[in-house]
Amino acid sequence: MKFAVIVFPGSNCDHDAYYAAKHVLGQEAAFVWHKETSLGGADVVILPGGFSHGDYLRTGAIARFSPVMAAVSDFAAKGGPVLGICNGFQILLECGLLPGAMLRNRDLKFHCEIVGVRVEQTDTPFTALAEAGQVLRLPIAHGEGNYFAPPETLAALEAERRIIFRYATAAGETTDQANPNGSLANIAGICSEDRNVVGLMPHPERACQLAVGSADGLVILESAARALVA
Amino acid sequence: MKAKVFVTLKPSVFDPQGHTIAEALHSLGYNSVADVRQGKYFELDLRVGNEGEAKTLAAELADRVLANPVIESFRIELDGSAGGAANKEREGHG
Repeated sequence: MKFAVIVFPGSNCDHDAYYAAKHVLGQEAAFVWHKETSLGGADVVILPGGFSHGDYLRTGAIARFSPVMAAVSDFAAKGGPVLGICNGFQILLECGLLPGAMLRNRDLKFHCEIVGVRVEQTDTPFTALAEAGQVLRLPIAHGEGNYFAPPETLAALEAERRIIFRYATAAGETTDQANPNGSLANIAGICSEDRNVVGLMPHPERACQLAVGSADGLVILESAARALVA
Repeated sequence: MKAKVFVTLKPSVFDPQGHTIAEALHSLGYNSVADVRQGKYFELDLRVGNEGEAKTLAAELADRVLANPVIESFRIELDGSAGGAANKEREGHG
């Protein structure tokens, strides 16, 4: 299995994603610079977290026009699994591979903490090994993770079971208190219509070994690795 | 030709920054401030022949790049043109 980790100027979780894929999961992994036009034969693409292009204009707004994004869109259109983490999720929203947009966190604070994330659906390449209702402990680190979509888009996401992760208490309740940023319907992650493109604000790649406080994120990357073997 | 583009969150979208600024103003005693909406302002220097082209191009840039139509709308003013009719505002779609 070959993971491609896209590197934009300002990406800062690219090495975490690479490490998780290569050294924790033992898969092949490669960095792909954003000026590239090819994904180098990757089986899975990760758009990592960070502050691509300094978050200028809007988060993810400039990265969307990087040459590599044409290849990513192509890969996604052919059913290739794409995971956007944090800033990667914001890029997927800006380029239209996923619907909606991010607003500033409702309290205007940058949240850097471990939160509860409930797995809603397991029929995506990144949740296949998880259990529905399972609450993962994952770190978040963002100032603009307040997911917004117009009412009709939100209704479609619900009806099509495309809300993949929601912020929840340890017991799995999606309370307002468990919502760190004000996201609509406690949304932490969603998928595309074809379910192969997934974006989430929490960082699974930063929670793949107990030494860093949680290994709950491993199931997300492992799902991708194993889904491809099967 | 210069064009000014004003980008603001749509009225239906909550603006946490504007809300916080309004609260700060209230805490300073400016209680006549009912609401604040924060936005972005761009000055474009365009190499085009006339106002029509400038407006069309500015609107295209605003729609594709400067604003995110999911949450924001925009308004364009051409600089140097007399106010009133020539300064007709144009709202973003959505």
